[in-house]
Amino acid sequence: MTDVAVHHDPAPGEHGWTQTGVSNEKLGMWVFLGSECLLFGGLISTYMLYKRTAVKGPLPHDLYDIPFTSVSSFVLLMSSMTMVLALSAIQRGDHERCRVWLATTALLGAVFISGQVYEFTGFVKHGMGYTTNTAASSFYTLTGFHGVHVSLGIVMLMSLFMMSLRGRLPQQRSEVVEIVGLYWHFVDVVWILIFTVVYLIP
Amino acid sequence: MTATEHAPPIEHDPTDHVHEHPSDAQYVLIAAILAAITALEVATYYLDFFKKNFVALLVALIPMMIVKFGIVAAFFMHLKFDNKLFRRIFITGILLATFVYMIVLFTFHVFSH
Repeated sequence: MTDVAVHHDPAPGEHGWTQTGVSNEKLGMWVFLGSECLLFGGLISTYMLYKRTAVKGPLPHDLYDIPFTSVSSFVLLMSSMTMVLALSAIQRGDHERCRVWLATTALLGAVFISGQVYEFTGFVKHGMGYTTNTAASSFYTLTGFHGVHVSLGIVMLMSLFMMSLRGRLPQQRSEVVEIVGLYWHFVDVVWILIFTVVYLIP
Repeated sequence: MTATEHAPPIEHDPTDHVHEHPSDAQYVLIAAILAAITALEVATYYLDFFKKNFVALLVALIPMMIVKFGIVAAFFMHLKFDNKLFRRIFITGILLATFVYMIVLFTFHVFSH
């Protein structure tokens, strides 16, 4: 069974009309995400380049807690599901459920970030600071950048939640939720890569 | 007068663009599939066979990672249902990043050690 959303393209001159036939805001987000592939590609490559190089101190791989990171990965993966459920709810005009799913997504994101802070704290206690070696620097830069992206996503989600609470997020503006959702799912797919390439492959 | 000025007004058919998105139940099912794949990925960490055989580990993990990436992009990001322009932009970014950084990693002999 599928939900069918009928979309009418606005005519030239009408509000929302674009030459490409697609929303400029959504197109802008996709272009941004395309450029983000290069940013994270660079960070992952740098980690791969330096992951075995250490003059002193432990390497990131010596300290990984795979069971813990697996749970974090699962939490972030599930936040993608709650995000898409929030979009589905607002497209149906179910604002209350949309707010529930937005808040749940933000909460799951916060759990992930808390896990990252806990993980970083443990690493520092075991003697792997940011400047201990190049492997540690590239690891913290990569996962830290990802963490900043998740944190920004949480801010966006909470903004949507507040907008919805004040009645400033009507069903007609569901595209705003979709655009924030695209960003959130991108953060999730980047973690899918990081989890495999950084944590699981020795 | 230009040809555009003579162009007939665009008529909008209500069934012009119909995007079929998965239902909520299907989204939950997709998430369950993703969770199952993640469990399989984590299982490779505990199995002795994969600890001893690095190539087998790569053969197991890389396809699972690509499948998970594809599922999230296709269903959660709606690339399967949305305008093809978005898909092209995103794939261009991915391919460009892969191409550029593979060259970088080969240049620094990352795969030869």
